[in-house]
Amino acid sequence: MSDIVNSPDFSRRAWLLSDRPATRMQARLGRAYTIWSRFAENRLALIGLGIILLLIFLAIFANVLAPYSPVQGDLRNARLMPPNAAHWFGTDDQGRDILSRLVFGSRLTLFVIFLVAIIAAPVGLIIGTVSGYAGGWVDAVLMRITDIFLAFPKLVLALALVAALGPGIENAVLAIAVTSWPPYARIARAETMTFRNSDFISAVKLMGASPFRIVLRHVMPLCLSSLIVRVTLDMAGIILTAAGLGFLGLGAQPPLPEWGAMIASGRRFILDQWWVATVPGIAILIVSLGFNLLGDGLRDALDPKEAGQ
Amino acid sequence: MKPLLTVEDLRVSFPTRTGVVEAVRGVSFTLGRERLGIVGESGSGKSQTGRAIMGLTPGHAKITAQKLAFGETDLLKASPKVRRDMRGRQIAMILQDPKYSLNPVMTIGKQIMETLRTHEKISSGAARDRAIAMLEAVQIRDAERVFNLYPHEVSGGMGQRAMIAMMLVCGPELLIADEPTSALDVTVQLEVLSILDKLVADRGMGLILVSHDLRLVSSFCDRVIVMYAGKIVEELPSADLANAKHPYTQGLLNCLPTLGTDRHPLPVLERKKEWAA
Amino acid sequence: MTIPVTPQLAGRRRARANGMAMNVLRFIVVVVTTYLGLLAVTFFIGRVIPIDPVLAVLGDRAPASVVERVREEMGLNKPLYVQFYVYVKAALSGDFGTSVLTTNPVLQDIKRAFPATLELATFGTLLGTFIGVPLGVLAAVKRNSFVDQVVRVIGLVGYSVPIFWLGLLALVVFYAKLRWVAFPGRLDVTFEYSFEPMTGLFLFDAIWQRQWDVLWDAFRHIVLPGSLLGYFSLAYISRMTRSFMLNELQQEYIVAARAKGLSETKIIWFHALRNAAVPLVTVIALSYAGLLEGSVLTETIFSWPGIGLYITNSLQNADMNAVLGGTIVIGSVFIGINLFSDLLYRTLDPRTRAR
Repeated sequence: MSDIVNSPDFSRRAWLLSDRPATRMQARLGRAYTIWSRFAENRLALIGLGIILLLIFLAIFANVLAPYSPVQGDLRNARLMPPNAAHWFGTDDQGRDILSRLVFGSRLTLFVIFLVAIIAAPVGLIIGTVSGYAGGWVDAVLMRITDIFLAFPKLVLALALVAALGPGIENAVLAIAVTSWPPYARIARAETMTFRNSDFISAVKLMGASPFRIVLRHVMPLCLSSLIVRVTLDMAGIILTAAGLGFLGLGAQPPLPEWGAMIASGRRFILDQWWVATVPGIAILIVSLGFNLLGDGLRDALDPKEAGQ
Repeated sequence: MKPLLTVEDLRVSFPTRTGVVEAVRGVSFTLGRERLGIVGESGSGKSQTGRAIMGLTPGHAKITAQKLAFGETDLLKASPKVRRDMRGRQIAMILQDPKYSLNPVMTIGKQIMETLRTHEKISSGAARDRAIAMLEAVQIRDAERVFNLYPHEVSGGMGQRAMIAMMLVCGPELLIADEPTSALDVTVQLEVLSILDKLVADRGMGLILVSHDLRLVSSFCDRVIVMYAGKIVEELPSADLANAKHPYTQGLLNCLPTLGTDRHPLPVLERKKEWAA
Repeated sequence: MTIPVTPQLAGRRRARANGMAMNVLRFIVVVVTTYLGLLAVTFFIGRVIPIDPVLAVLGDRAPASVVERVREEMGLNKPLYVQFYVYVKAALSGDFGTSVLTTNPVLQDIKRAFPATLELATFGTLLGTFIGVPLGVLAAVKRNSFVDQVVRVIGLVGYSVPIFWLGLLALVVFYAKLRWVAFPGRLDVTFEYSFEPMTGLFLFDAIWQRQWDVLWDAFRHIVLPGSLLGYFSLAYISRMTRSFMLNELQQEYIVAARAKGLSETKIIWFHALRNAAVPLVTVIALSYAGLLEGSVLTETIFSWPGIGLYITNSLQNADMNAVLGGTIVIGSVFIGINLFSDLLYRTLDPRTRAR
């Protein structure tokens, strides 16, 4: 019994979960550990995390992992070949190996996700926290703008925007980001308003902090956890929208191996060479599923009250 | 005289994530057409006792007893349908806060009529008349107007009276009142209690009043049961309360504020582990 | 029995009337600003973004004289706010310009295409509601049972699968391989001259005119795209129903209803669901709006002649007037449904009605 109590694992865990952390680092690590252990209890969430990690892995090591070139195909010999030993997912109408295209396409997927998150989330966070903290007519105006954008149909608006900007993956990212930020503003505002009048904010005010500093260093960090959950859950929808734009020819342009565009180009052969259009769709499905599972798991881990449902 | 309710060694337990929680651990008492008060703090098991008698414990709870009988009917062996039939018609229960225990999207009148039409074959016209009569019996003036109101449109006291009307309209023999006045203002509490008093007396009903308020229970009921940690620690007529023997009951009595005495330091309620044994 | 009107009562009634007036005013402000916002965004997309808005509208093959004339007409020489004012006036009167592709006024093309989308979205929403709500109720009542897991899986897949890909696969299986459904379009070409649609909703018109063979053919055409959209609607609605029902079943009034001796069936369907219906109706309205959007990709796959196909075709042909016109129409309906659902919520919940 004493061996268990004295072993390094036990004492490390006790240190992390201690009620009286001695340093801020200890408190932070302890909280991260609690969240992680709650998260890890959920098998589906771990599967989601695994999928996303696999996606990142594929994207980073695409050069090494992909057996063939994603853009150069063997037009003469290897057109529209069914899945076989040499080409695990077959080839498309330009003789390109579909597996390689999938692997390189993961980079495009990550590119879209990353950029949309980087653009939309901070914009929403800033607007939401400023609106929630300032109150008054600033709040009213900002929320009116947010609600207007919330009321728009996202895909249709993204379509129109890309139509005006011209096709291309950067324009697709911009269009999606422009229509994605309103929910984050709403969440940030709701969170801000719950503790706008609380004592610790008043304390910092009394110490002479400017509103700018209060919002930046005290309010924003508290909104982060709900925002992260929402962003992760939205990722699935963003991937689907990006794939939809790609399918319509508005996203990454050929010969880039964007998954939605691959489905579009395989559409002609769907009857006899079904793999060209089917396989990219499975990839989209799996990645979206991964983000949904991950987001659900994060939400349950960060807010156990919701986990009961 | 045949007792209305017989409870022998009632046990209620719940499986939870951290183990089995035993809410009620061997409660026994009998009840005739009299008023019994069950007093205890939060978590003492008093509410769960009442709900077990009604058959309203949450689905995953385990209920056992040596005997649990209402009149001639063995409540443990009765089928769910029989038990459901008894609820509202023979045994009734009123809950604590009418803000939450009345259906928000139905008018008060409709909710009262619903009890009637569940248990009796009665036309909607006749049901309406009886519902209005019941509202008048709980001393709601303007019964016709209140009949058409929604629960959120009436005050707390009126809502609780509507709940009493809803549960007593079929003329049950036993009423379990689970903290019926805890959510009300003090002046309203007295009104509602007096209405309850009159109804129970006029109809010759048995009453179990579950509360944390010792003074209320002692003034309203004939007998008092004190519960702690799922067990009964004392049972005595309410007139004899001042002579309570168990230290927990004495502690509770000590906590009641009195006028005209100087009590320094204020008494603190003790909780000894052996009382929960 | 009438209630005497005391000064206090009169004051309260006045205050309530003022409150209602404020709410109406607030609602009007919301409607107006939202629509103006939509028009501002489409104006921005159409006039501000393109380097040469005239070319964006006419395409690059128009002769120089036409380009000059249109430039005058569009008033591109005037300051931006004047242009916007003219733009809004035109949009409000239904003038969305002329389509390059069909040379019809855009509004006319849209009027022809709109009922098709409406029929598709309605079919999908009805399917999603009548299957989704009972599924959600069952999942809530029997938590963690098989039904619950099924609902969760349906929901997860519905949120993760690309609709156009699923549609493509469904087409291959149910049309190409099994021949169970008809494709493309809404109706077989043989009915083109014998069927006079009235409302544009073919199923309804066929029933109204008692043309049963038309009805069957129209059904065979709509069933696959409609079921596809219905699946997505179902995923969303069943999940939300489950969530709302779980919330309601935990409430005290459910315990009270059991104490009254009501049967579980009555409690679930007439008490809990009746309360859950309040936010649920909002969800159904939002799902309808979502299907209008989802139809864009679905119509492309199934060659369904609705607004979605109209927009994507116009896109491929760089017909900006048509794209923006379609965007405004879908956007307006989308906004309208959102605002309507908000209104609906307030009427259905007696707690908010009293204010």
